[in-house]
Amino acid sequence: MIELLEQYGLAYLYSDGAGFSGLAMTLWLFIITTVLGFFLSLPLALARVSRRLWLRWPVEFYTYVFRGTPLYIQLLICYTGLYGLEVVRDNALLDSFFRNALNCTLLAFVLNTCAYTVEIFAGAIRNIPHGEIEAAQAYGLYGWRLNLFVVLPAALRRALPAYSNELILMLHATSLAFTATIADILKVARDANAATFLTFQAFGVAALLYMLLSFALVGLFRLAERRWMRFLVPVRG
Amino acid sequence: MTLSAHALSSHNEQLPEPFPMARHASIANTAAVKLTVEDLHKHYGDHQVLKGVSLQARKGDVISLIGASGSGKSTMLRCINFLEQPDAGAITLDGQTIEMRQGRAGVRAPHPAQLQNLRTRLAMVFQHFNLWSHMTVLENICLAPRRVLGVSAQDAEARARAYLDKVGLPSRAADQYPAFLSGGQQQRVAIARALAMEPEIILFDEPTSALDPELVGEVLKVIQTLAEEGRTMLMVTHEMGFARKVSSQVLFLHQGRVEEQGSAAILDHPQSERLQQFLSNRLK
Repeated sequence: MIELLEQYGLAYLYSDGAGFSGLAMTLWLFIITTVLGFFLSLPLALARVSRRLWLRWPVEFYTYVFRGTPLYIQLLICYTGLYGLEVVRDNALLDSFFRNALNCTLLAFVLNTCAYTVEIFAGAIRNIPHGEIEAAQAYGLYGWRLNLFVVLPAALRRALPAYSNELILMLHATSLAFTATIADILKVARDANAATFLTFQAFGVAALLYMLLSFALVGLFRLAERRWMRFLVPVRG
Repeated sequence: MTLSAHALSSHNEQLPEPFPMARHASIANTAAVKLTVEDLHKHYGDHQVLKGVSLQARKGDVISLIGASGSGKSTMLRCINFLEQPDAGAITLDGQTIEMRQGRAGVRAPHPAQLQNLRTRLAMVFQHFNLWSHMTVLENICLAPRRVLGVSAQDAEARARAYLDKVGLPSRAADQYPAFLSGGQQQRVAIARALAMEPEIILFDEPTSALDPELVGEVLKVIQTLAEEGRTMLMVTHEMGFARKVSSQVLFLHQGRVEEQGSAAILDHPQSERLQQFLSNRLK
């Protein structure tokens, strides 16, 4: 075990000598994915609940496709499938984008988490009491002001518990990245296992690292809920 | 309430007048016409809710809309700031009639800029308060002045605190969330939110109907103070005693039409059979 840590400890944490790896890579994947997924999902969630069909339907179709297929297949299509197409290889920009494994992985992850997040946020928007929207309209808020100052703040707070769940699932889902040669925690664990045959220890360390991240995430969301969801918990008596 | 004693007493005129405002209001208001509502029609499916109702409010008028539930009084109020789109009719504020356009799918919609202008000048108080539950009391009151009128954060807060004080809420209430307050307090916050817009007309949509009986008084007291200040107000209400005290005009709606209208005196001496029936039903 000590031997394993001596040899692979650094790789598990942040560097395998060739670049970022392990915990640092997983965190990087996770943060980029969630930040991009979050900001992309806001306008899409608003479109998802729009009364205009031409806005709503494409988003519905998108979330249907990405929630209806396994993330692994989405990753395979982004990583190997798209590059198999001649159109992609012939276009200089697309060619350089899809040649990079990290780009492909991030693309698949962002599109996937965004689809789920859109549904979570859209559900929260629909759950805002109608009277509150009506009051905002009666006081002269409409369009982007209505969304920015009333709809989104109200919806995001209500969505916190469901959204924290999605982020934890996404964190664990980043472990698929090793299939695209990304040196995340799981990739390091597999390398360590292959070299030392200390299977239990190699994957055990990886599991501990994921658990650590999850606990940190849960803690952060608990703080966030205490700060932003206070309004929902009236004191009685 | 002392409603029954009041309405049944034939010596009504000899009773001491408890509210000088009412006496003043009963004198014909000669101020300039502020708001005119003409011939509003509204239907939901086959059901004709409003069959041509009109009213005229002069500056300082307090107009009560009364009637049984389903008579269209709330719909009429909501049509005035276009929370409901009237099928036909006109709203005129200070001589400017809101232009109606043929919007998407053939629905009549008000001219957007004029609608926006109208909504910043009319403030609304709702039956169920409709405070923004995720915002503190202070944020609730400051939002529209800041984001719609463009008042600075500091000025908006000063305004908010002044109006909180006016509706009788302690300053520590400012940082509470609405869910932590009683219904009466929430409705007073909603009134402060309306006042913070410094509106020309305040619309009250059954402001006390969702309140526990013991909380009704505190809200009515605030509304009465506003009436005494000479604010122009339109109020849908079931509180007949209160309507009698503060109204300069009473409109009785029945099945989408104005069945009877006049000064608050019509509550004591109803002419139409419907209003007589309505009032006597309420006394049971």
